[in-house]
Amino acid sequence: MQDGRVGCWGLFKVFSHMAMQGFGGVLPFAYRHLVERTQWLTAAEFGQLLSIAQLMPGPTICNLAVMVGQRHAGVAGGVSALTGMLLGPFFIVIALGTAYQSLAHHPLFVNAMRGMASAASGLILATALKLAVGMLRSAAPVQAAAANADGDPDLDVARTLFWRRIVQIALLVAAFVGLGVAKVGLITVVATLVPIGFVLFAFVWRKP
Amino acid sequence: MNDDVKLGGLAWHLAFLSLTAIGGGVVLVAPDVHHYVSVQNHWLTDEQFAACYALAQAAPGPNLLFVTLIGWMIKGWLGAVVVTLAAIVPSSCLVLALGSVINRHGGGKGRWAGALRDALAPLAAGMLAGAAWTFLSVAGAGWRGIVLALAAAAAAYATKLNPLWLIALGALAGAVGLV
Repeated sequence: MQDGRVGCWGLFKVFSHMAMQGFGGVLPFAYRHLVERTQWLTAAEFGQLLSIAQLMPGPTICNLAVMVGQRHAGVAGGVSALTGMLLGPFFIVIALGTAYQSLAHHPLFVNAMRGMASAASGLILATALKLAVGMLRSAAPVQAAAANADGDPDLDVARTLFWRRIVQIALLVAAFVGLGVAKVGLITVVATLVPIGFVLFAFVWRKP
Repeated sequence: MNDDVKLGGLAWHLAFLSLTAIGGGVVLVAPDVHHYVSVQNHWLTDEQFAACYALAQAAPGPNLLFVTLIGWMIKGWLGAVVVTLAAIVPSSCLVLALGSVINRHGGGKGRWAGALRDALAPLAAGMLAGAAWTFLSVAGAGWRGIVLALAAAAAAYATKLNPLWLIALGALAGAVGLV
């Protein structure tokens, strides 16, 4: 896992460093620092911790920081890593907010902010698109059917994959409409759709 | 800044919400937070709310800091600190309590974790699109804003361009009156 002991201060420094570099997303820098520079994690361990961090609520990158910190220096280590991740960017964001408030009456600036906000929502959309395409590619029924093209059980695999895909698309659309259009609230969307998806994927159409 | 803001109510609301934001990060709380601070309580205008996310996106660090900026705009430094802690402490405590346990027991690779992951993937994609839609309708740029957002999404999807450039180009497009 690591050579020698890593203290709270060391954790704070490394996570501060990666956070302050992380314009437009910290994750690539997390890999560079944790796997390549400090070698606190192997690439496989990084992948494993990341997938757990994604399964837990809250921001993925902060969950990762907490887990890595905790591995090295217990709860204090987790807090140190998280503090490192947030402290510098916290002040930068507020500096930007100060600039925003002092310029908020300037028409040119207001127009620029409107364009910026539109582009920023486009970036969220791109993340959604990446997730959706990755998901649909990984469960393509045609490919699977072609890959094992003989006998009865394979037909079953193809059918399962077909239905899994239908459910995936239905859940995606329901989540979009529920949260974005109908505005029923995050808690309602999650509390309704997560159990439905979980039951369908755990019992009815398990990954073949 | 507002004197009649009940910071406790916002913090409580956010703490609950952040525990529900599974799979897609804290961006998912945006539609609810917008409803709470702009529609229900009128602490921020739509324009200010949209600006909070755009500015956080332009800064380094995790995107969750957009809630920091919301807290700061409605209640200064105290608001920034309280709101940030509310968004991050509950989920971090959960990770401290469960993260290493999950890692020891196969790292979430079992059947149940697999089914949960399968369920979360489409939901995260759909909810993120819903959050994007909220920001877009709040930004007040009309159909041109939608075109710009789609162009930015396509560029971010198809290229490895740093998102910061897309934000800057968006600002430029706004400044010269395209949006």
